[in-house]
Amino acid sequence: MSLHNIAEIAAIALFGVGLTLLMMSRNLVKKVIAFDMTDSAVFLFLAAKGYISGRRAPIIENGVQSMEAYINPIPAGLVLTGIVVSVACSAVMLSLCLRLYRRYHTLDLDEITALARKEED
Amino acid sequence: MSLALWQSIPLACVLLPLGSAALTAFLPGRWARRWCLLALALITGLSAVFVLRIWSFGRSYTYPMGHYPAPWGNELRAGPLEAAAGLVFALVMLLSMLGGLGWLDRHIAEEKHALYCALMLLLCASLQAQVYTNDLFTAYVFIEIMTLAAAVLIAVRSSGPALLAATRYMIMNLIASALFLLGVILLYDLTGHLLMEPIHIKVQELAASGAYHLPLTVVVAVMASGLAIKSALFPFHTWVPGAYGTSTPASAAVLSGLVSKGYIFLLLKVFHRVIGLETIAQTGIGDVLLFFGLAGMICGSVAALSQCDLRRMLAWSSVAQIGYIFAGLGLGTEAGLSAAVVHMLAHAACKSLLFISAGGLYTGESGDTDFSRLSGAALSAPLAGAGFTIGALSIIGLPFLGGFTSKLALAQAAAAIGGPGGWAVLICLILSTLLNVLYFFRALLILWKRGETAPGHPPLTHRTASGLAVTALSLLNFAIGVLAVPLLQLVRSGLGLLD
Repeated sequence: MSLHNIAEIAAIALFGVGLTLLMMSRNLVKKVIAFDMTDSAVFLFLAAKGYISGRRAPIIENGVQSMEAYINPIPAGLVLTGIVVSVACSAVMLSLCLRLYRRYHTLDLDEITALARKEED
Repeated sequence: MSLALWQSIPLACVLLPLGSAALTAFLPGRWARRWCLLALALITGLSAVFVLRIWSFGRSYTYPMGHYPAPWGNELRAGPLEAAAGLVFALVMLLSMLGGLGWLDRHIAEEKHALYCALMLLLCASLQAQVYTNDLFTAYVFIEIMTLAAAVLIAVRSSGPALLAATRYMIMNLIASALFLLGVILLYDLTGHLLMEPIHIKVQELAASGAYHLPLTVVVAVMASGLAIKSALFPFHTWVPGAYGTSTPASAAVLSGLVSKGYIFLLLKVFHRVIGLETIAQTGIGDVLLFFGLAGMICGSVAALSQCDLRRMLAWSSVAQIGYIFAGLGLGTEAGLSAAVVHMLAHAACKSLLFISAGGLYTGESGDTDFSRLSGAALSAPLAGAGFTIGALSIIGLPFLGGFTSKLALAQAAAAIGGPGGWAVLICLILSTLLNVLYFFRALLILWKRGETAPGHPPLTHRTASGLAVTALSLLNFAIGVLAVPLLQLVRSGLGLLD
């Protein structure tokens, strides 16, 4: 028996690992990594959905213009857009981590919460 | 099909703030503020013209971007519903910005004002895009732009609690974005489309044939939970008090009044236009939303009752109000949906009024909002006090104010359904309204307490602007209350009931 949707299975497993880490970890940088993992999982899933086995990348070669020769190019375009969005999110998140670290000298979310509450009172 | 010039207004409403955002980032603070207000005023004006035009046009239309035909090009779609939402969102944003200018000077360094204005304009662009877009992936991209802009609007005060609130906001929203994107991809995989109408046709075929029932349920579940997390539906509301409670009044007004509404509007489009109400009913997701909406109505109000800080009380009240909207969505009938839309618009108007007028009541140098120091604050700032009172009465649901219209519509929708669901909504509506009365009257009694006068804050700049904003937002609340019948008619025709 051969698995033909192994990429999708890997993507969902990766998504699960990322989501668990995002919820469980108290370290902010780990949370950023976890978020990148979930996004990568979604992109892998999308790319896998656009792939049609036995066909080539959608770049016209040797004048072959038949639609049957190439894979679906739209998911690739969507993944590209998604990656840009994901990079922007990571950048904002990391800059927030940096400023929190400069202020509280820790990356532990629970410790920061306790310190911030003390500061507010 | 040739398009009239006015039919390009939705595109202008998205492109104008996007372009202005890029421009204002490089202007000096003073000019950036002026340009931002001018652009928002222009968008409001254009939206008003658009509402009138679409009212006489009487139906919705699709606008092919770059004139590429349907399956290839990106599309906008505009009708009465979108036009009304676009107008209210633009107007509330303009007035929130205008009313928050005074505290902006105190909370944010002058050299950062340009960036603040750029973020506001980005937020405006993404709101308008979510209202008008007809493409799910475009909606995803603008969701992300809105999330990033909103997170920075929370963090911009750069106090420790504000940074923490922004981080919490980002973490919750990033999970939600991933879920929504997963839903979009699954739907693309099932139907082969990203535009809303072709997806709708395919989904109806699938639902009729009974195939792919489980994947469709998963799609609805992940999209609904993604957008519910982003709009702070009850069990996912943990970031709300911090985010609304620590940010500057203009940010708080825009975040509570508009940002959550943009996501809900998108969810409504997904329910109504992409999946279809009958298919949603088959998946049972509506009942889940109804349950959490009702839980939010009660728990948010109870938590608001126990707050000893004015801003946090308003934040918890937002959690309850979001519950009302989701209860309307969860009813799953078109009457429920139109009640949800009207409540969305009414809440956008009254919660921004509350946050902006509360800004006039803060005491002390940095804006203290602890109830113990607010007694008599409304007497020293009568206009802000009056605005706050009108907003509070509107949320409670006094006749001739916005809140009354939407609560009545929700009650009617629930009564029309009957059964345990309808009764549960009616009972929760009454309970939650009683709780609203309790916590808002406690606040009003403290604010208008005679004899003592609060220390007051050193006079803010831009007093005329904030007075104007409070007056205009109060009038908007009255307008939504008085024009209830045409507004409901507009919303229903937008939802396709009258066509």
